[in-house]
Amino acid sequence: MAAHLALAEASRLAEISQAYERVARRRTLYTLSLLGLCVLCIFGGLFVADQANSGGFWAGLDKFFDYPAELFIGAYEEGVIGLFALVLQYFPYLVETVNIALVSTLLAFFLGGALSFVASRNLVSNRLGVAVMRRVMDVFRAFPEIVIALLLVLIFGPSPVAAVIAVTTHTIGALAKQFSEVNENCDLKAAEGIRSVGGNWMEQIRFGILPQVLPNFLSYTLLRLEVNVRASAILGFVGAGGLGAELKMVVDWNYGADILVIIFMLVLSITSIDYLSGWMRQKLIGQTGQV
Amino acid sequence: MTDIGALGGTLHHEEQRLEEQYPGVLGLDLKKRLLGPVLSLLVVAYLTLCFFAFDVPGVMEKARGDMAQLFALDAYAHKVHAKYQFKKANQGFVVSLEGNRRAIYKEQPDWIAQSAGQTSILLGNDGVLRFADDVVTYTHPEYEQAFTFKVGDGVPQFVSGADADWLKVSKTQVNARPSLYTRIWLTKSKVEVHRYFGGWENFWFDFDSGLNGLGVGELMSLAFSSERLDPDVSNIRFMFNEFWMNSEWQHGEVYFALLQTLIMAVVGTLIAGILALPLAFAAAANVNPVKLARTGVRRFFDFLRGVDMLIWSLIFIRAFGLGPLSGIFAIFFTDTGTFGKLFSEAIENADKKQAEGVQATGASPVQKYRFGLFPQILPLFISQMLYYLESNTRSATVIGALGAGGIGLKLIETMRTRQDWENTLYLIFLIIVVVMMMDQLSGWLRRKLIEGQA
Repeated sequence: MAAHLALAEASRLAEISQAYERVARRRTLYTLSLLGLCVLCIFGGLFVADQANSGGFWAGLDKFFDYPAELFIGAYEEGVIGLFALVLQYFPYLVETVNIALVSTLLAFFLGGALSFVASRNLVSNRLGVAVMRRVMDVFRAFPEIVIALLLVLIFGPSPVAAVIAVTTHTIGALAKQFSEVNENCDLKAAEGIRSVGGNWMEQIRFGILPQVLPNFLSYTLLRLEVNVRASAILGFVGAGGLGAELKMVVDWNYGADILVIIFMLVLSITSIDYLSGWMRQKLIGQTGQV
Repeated sequence: MTDIGALGGTLHHEEQRLEEQYPGVLGLDLKKRLLGPVLSLLVVAYLTLCFFAFDVPGVMEKARGDMAQLFALDAYAHKVHAKYQFKKANQGFVVSLEGNRRAIYKEQPDWIAQSAGQTSILLGNDGVLRFADDVVTYTHPEYEQAFTFKVGDGVPQFVSGADADWLKVSKTQVNARPSLYTRIWLTKSKVEVHRYFGGWENFWFDFDSGLNGLGVGELMSLAFSSERLDPDVSNIRFMFNEFWMNSEWQHGEVYFALLQTLIMAVVGTLIAGILALPLAFAAAANVNPVKLARTGVRRFFDFLRGVDMLIWSLIFIRAFGLGPLSGIFAIFFTDTGTFGKLFSEAIENADKKQAEGVQATGASPVQKYRFGLFPQILPLFISQMLYYLESNTRSATVIGALGAGGIGLKLIETMRTRQDWENTLYLIFLIIVVVMMMDQLSGWLRRKLIEGQA
């Protein structure tokens, strides 16, 4: 009797172990095929890219340090005082680039914030309206900044206004999406409380929802500010003003010292804004204990 | 029964008690009350300052509204020229697409009528232009009197007609633009009429292709017909070639450029993820006990990320030349830094109980991290990589325009010509569609892989 039971248990065990092995084998197969796909993507892509490139990878590899070396030699020849003068010379353009990013982020914060409230499923009962607003956001977000900037530079001429509009457009879409996700996760009880004392929709949003979501809004906005400083530097390259436009000019003329100074200024400002926004976000989110 | 005074006293007492229990609830202190208005004022002041610093009024004044209008028109319409040259009078009006000599219509369109020495050109809502015996008569629906010009004998002469602001008569030519869609242009040697029509011309096949102008039904029957248009290839193949090799729209090149942009994004993101993974472990405090090494790796991440994609792409374009390879390198250098930072933070935030549990069974350090830590952070890795895949598709377009090739470069090329606006619009449309598709795909994969597992 006992032996019979043990035998049955053993066969059950064998069954379980077989099933486990089957699952394990299948998972390994999935993992390996996924990895294989990745490897295929990488090498196939690299091969196509290498073919399409005007210079090859192997030919370019030993030239990789040539350009940085060239820049450093140029900077060395300029001397410390000359470099410092260049920093002063380009400083106003850096301010312009940061201003472009800041203005676009501010505008997008307000516009995207407004858009996010009408694009949140839990705050608006009109399903169709929400769906339309979401598509509008998707389209705004899909626009690479450079497309709008190129068009506007043709119309407005080389001006930071083109960059501001381009960056704002994309940022509105990006922020509105993140904001509406925050909105959809917020606690509706506060808004219900406002409604119970006769508050209209605007008042419910203002006093019920906004205080809950504002820290997260600000946190996402700070993250965007950092992204936008990079974007506004790049947009200068197509003529939309700021430090990018100066960089384009000195790169074309191959002024080593100027290029290095501008790169240094860009990297320094991007890194410091990065740290600053990280620190501020930690403060903001730490306060409410969310996310 | 309590009297009013006692009630008031109780209320007052209650208020005091609340104030003590929750300080700052009944009356906010001045600092907090002023915070909102002061901040709003600062923002408004800053925006106003920038409004003038960027010289918005000046820019708006100088804005080329006509460029915008022309772009908008040319993006959805095509222009047809009808040109009569006095030296080649026997040809009559030659009708061509955008005045291109290689794109002359074989048949006269129905808006040009010829009868007994007189040619009438119907201009839609802008009236009719008649040309006979070296006299151009233009009737505009809003003007009672017709405009007449004497041409063919030297410089065109304005004979009669009202004074219209869209009509410009100079010493050498007459230029009339009654609306955006019509232009009449008279010079000493020619009478030329331009008309805009909606739609993209020659989108499917070249102007001189035998397939141009055929309807869908005709094309379908051709595709399955046994009679070969080109004896060497099947009809479907021939039609595809004609479409793919379209010289104006360059479908083949455009889609290859799009593929290059996608390759830049996908390969760049994948390599960045694979490289960042081991480095992130080296930068995490709970895995790597050596503080110096940790800080070194972290600074390396900051360096990769801080030197922006723009600058990386400049350096790589110098080294590897123009093309997607430089783009891949620019993306993976920047994103290795980003992923490294994100991943190492995730590793540090992981629950260490699982790793300890695995260790308790006698696992080696590698096994401990592989089975105790890795499964916790894998969903986050994949989700972050998918997020960046979508954003890198956009970045790849941007650095492509800087010289890394792909659709970005194509876009900037068509824009530089300043006339193929329909091609520009087409490219913008393709870019938007691809970015939105990548967005959907990455969202779908995220939901499938991450939430589906849970």
